[in-house]
Amino acid sequence: MNQTMPNSFRHFPDDRGHFGQFGGRYVAETLMPLILDLEREYKAAKADPAFHAEFDDLLEHYVGRPSPLYFAPRLTEELGGAQVWFKRDELNHTGAHKINNCIGQILLAIRMGKKRIIAETGAGQHGVATATVCARFGLPCTIFMGATDVARQAPNVFRMKLLGATVVPVTAGAGTLKDAMNEALRDWVANVHDTFYIIGTAAGPHPYPELVRDFQSVIGREAREQIQKRTGRLPDLLVAAIGGGSNAIGLFHPFLDDTSVKMLGVEAAGYGLDKEHAASLAGGRPGILHGNKTYLLQDEDGQITEGHSISAGLDYPGIGPEHAFLRDIGRVDYTSVTDEEAMDGFQLLCRTEGIIPALEPAHAIAAVKKVAPTMGKDQIIVANLCGRGDKDIFTVADRLGVEL
Amino acid sequence: MTRLASAFSKGRPALVTFITGGDPTPDATPAILDALVAGGADVIELGLPFTDPMADGPAIQAANIRALEAGTKTADIFRIAAEFRARHPETPLVLMGYANPMITRGAEWFAGECVKAGVDGIICVDIPNEEDAEIGPALREAGIAFIRLATPTTDKARLPAVLENSSGFLYYVSVAGITGKQQAAVDTIAQAVAHLKAGTDLPIAVGFGVRTPEQAAAFAAHADGVVVGSALVDLVAQHGANAAEPVRALTQALAEAVHKAREPA
Ligand SMILES: Cc1ncc(COP(=O)(O)O)c(C=O)c1O
Repeated sequence: MNQTMPNSFRHFPDDRGHFGQFGGRYVAETLMPLILDLEREYKAAKADPAFHAEFDDLLEHYVGRPSPLYFAPRLTEELGGAQVWFKRDELNHTGAHKINNCIGQILLAIRMGKKRIIAETGAGQHGVATATVCARFGLPCTIFMGATDVARQAPNVFRMKLLGATVVPVTAGAGTLKDAMNEALRDWVANVHDTFYIIGTAAGPHPYPELVRDFQSVIGREAREQIQKRTGRLPDLLVAAIGGGSNAIGLFHPFLDDTSVKMLGVEAAGYGLDKEHAASLAGGRPGILHGNKTYLLQDEDGQITEGHSISAGLDYPGIGPEHAFLRDIGRVDYTSVTDEEAMDGFQLLCRTEGIIPALEPAHAIAAVKKVAPTMGKDQIIVANLCGRGDKDIFTVADRLGVEL
Repeated sequence: MTRLASAFSKGRPALVTFITGGDPTPDATPAILDALVAGGADVIELGLPFTDPMADGPAIQAANIRALEAGTKTADIFRIAAEFRARHPETPLVLMGYANPMITRGAEWFAGECVKAGVDGIICVDIPNEEDAEIGPALREAGIAFIRLATPTTDKARLPAVLENSSGFLYYVSVAGITGKQQAAVDTIAQAVAHLKAGTDLPIAVGFGVRTPEQAAAFAAHADGVVVGSALVDLVAQHGANAAEPVRALTQALAEAVHKAREPA
C-alpha cells in the first residue's frame, strides 16, 4: 500500500461522484437534470429516519433479513486451512442480494413521484428482484435483457413475466448485460419525465454507485456484527464475486477501515485470461462507459470488447468505479477464476454443505478453495453467498453433459 | 473568422449533416462526404464509430456496427478527415461520438489529431459540463470547438452549466430521446430557441428526428441551423457503396429548403 492512502476509505465518492479518478457522471445532457435530481433526493432520503425505517422494515419482513452467517464445517475440513463462513444472502426473497438494492431504489422512485420502472438484467436476478418490488408497489416495469441471456436464463425470464414485468430481449452486440444496459439507457432518455431506472449493480453515473453500495452495505453491516458475536473478533479475509461489484462492495464497505481485514474480489476469467473473459481489472484499462469512468475491456481504439463468462451475472466488460479505486490504492485485492474453476466450486459447495450456489458466488467459492489452504486454522474467511443456484441448473447440466 | 463561424454567417439558416465515418466502409466515406458538400451542406458532422452508441436509435446504431465490422479504426477517421480538409478547405468538419474513443489515448492526443486533420470541433454525447475536465481543456488549448448539446430537459437553472465552456455552435436536441425516432412540434422549437438565445450568442442548430425538406424548413424558420442525420444514414444503409448520389440528392433538397426557410436576419 502506498502513501496516498486516505484516513478513511468510507468517505467516497467526493461531491462530484468521483472515487479518485473513477466514477463521475458521463451521461447525455438529457439525463443530467434527472441525475442531479436523484442525487438531491437521495441525500434527503439518507437524512430521513422515515426512509430508513421503511427500508429496514421491508428488509426484515419482506426480504427476510438479517440473513444468517453460516460456518461451513465440512468445506472447512476439506480445504484444511482457514475457517470458512458464508453470508447467506442466497436465502433472501428472490434468491440473491439484488433485492436489497431494489427495495432501496423503489422507495426512492416513489419519493420522486416516478410512475414507471425500467431495469437491465444479466442473469435475470436483478430483473426478478426489480419485477418483484414493482409488483409489491404496483408500478409498471420493463426489463431489458440481452437475447443471449434470455436464452440461457429462461426460468428467470418466466419469473419476471409471472411478476407482471415486460421483458424486452436486446439483440444488439453479443446480447448480454452491456447491451441490455445500453437499451435501458435509451429508454430512459426517451422517458425521463416519468421513469425511474433501477440500476442493478454498483456502477453507472453518480449517484448510482454510491446508493447501490449503501443499500447493499446491509450485507457487510450484518456480517460484521454477526461474526463478532459468534467469534468475538473480525474476520481475516472477505471474499466476493464481482460482476459490476454490488454484492462485493456491500460486504466490503463496512469493513474498509478495519485494517486487519483483507479483502478479495473475484472476477470471471471465463475461458482464461489469455482468451475470452470478463475480468475488467485483470484485463482492462480505464475508460468511460455507461455513465462512469472505470476499468473496461476494450481495444486500443477504446472500442468495448465482449466479455465471456459461464455466469451471465458476471458477463460484463466493466466494474463499479469504487472497485477500480480500491484496487488502484491497494486496499482490496482482486483475482479471477475460470468457468471451469467456478464449476468445481459450484459442485464443491453442493457436495460438502448441501447448498446449491449460483454460478456467480461459485466464483467466490473457487477462490476460497485456493486461498483457504494457505491460511491458518485459526483464521477466518467470510465469503458472500450472494445467490442460489436454481436459475443455473440448466447451464450447469449442459456443462456436465447431462440432459434434463 | 473560423470555418464554423463563417458557416453560420451566410445570412441564412445552415444545413448541418451527419453521417457515420467508415459506414459502410472507410473507402466509401470520402465520396459520401463529397456528396454532402456537393448537395450544399454547410457543416458536416462525421460520426466516430463506437461499439456502444447509447444515445442513438436503430439506424445510427446499425451504422456504427457496419463501420466497425468493416474494420474502421480511429486512424481511418482522422485520415478521412485530413483528406477531406485537403479537398474542401472551406467546409467545417465536426467529429461526433462518444467519450471513450476520444479519451482512450489521452485527450491531448485526440485534440492534437483533430488539429492535424483540420477538424473544427467535436460533439461528445457523454461528456456533460460536469466532466469537462476530461477533454475540454485539451480541446481549448488546441483551438478545437467543443459543441455542447442542449435538450428539452435543459431548463433555466441548467442552461448556464450547458453554455459554460461551449463553443462553435449549440446543438439543440429537440426531443428527449434517441436519434432517428420522433419529431418535436415546431412551436416547441421556436420557444426553445428563444430560451437558448437569451443565454448565448452562439448559433443554434436544431436536430433529432428531422427527415424531410419540409420538416427541415419548418425547423430552420426558427433556428440558425438544422441537423439531419438518420435520414442520410438510412440512405447509406440502403445503397451501401453507391450511396453518394442518393445522399447528394437528399442533401440538395434539404439545403434548398433550409436555405430559403426564412428571410435574412
Ligand atoms: C447471484 C448474483 N451474484 C452476483 C451478481 C453480479 O453482480 P454484482 O457484482 O453487482 O454483485 C449477480 C448478477 O446478476 C447475481 O445474480
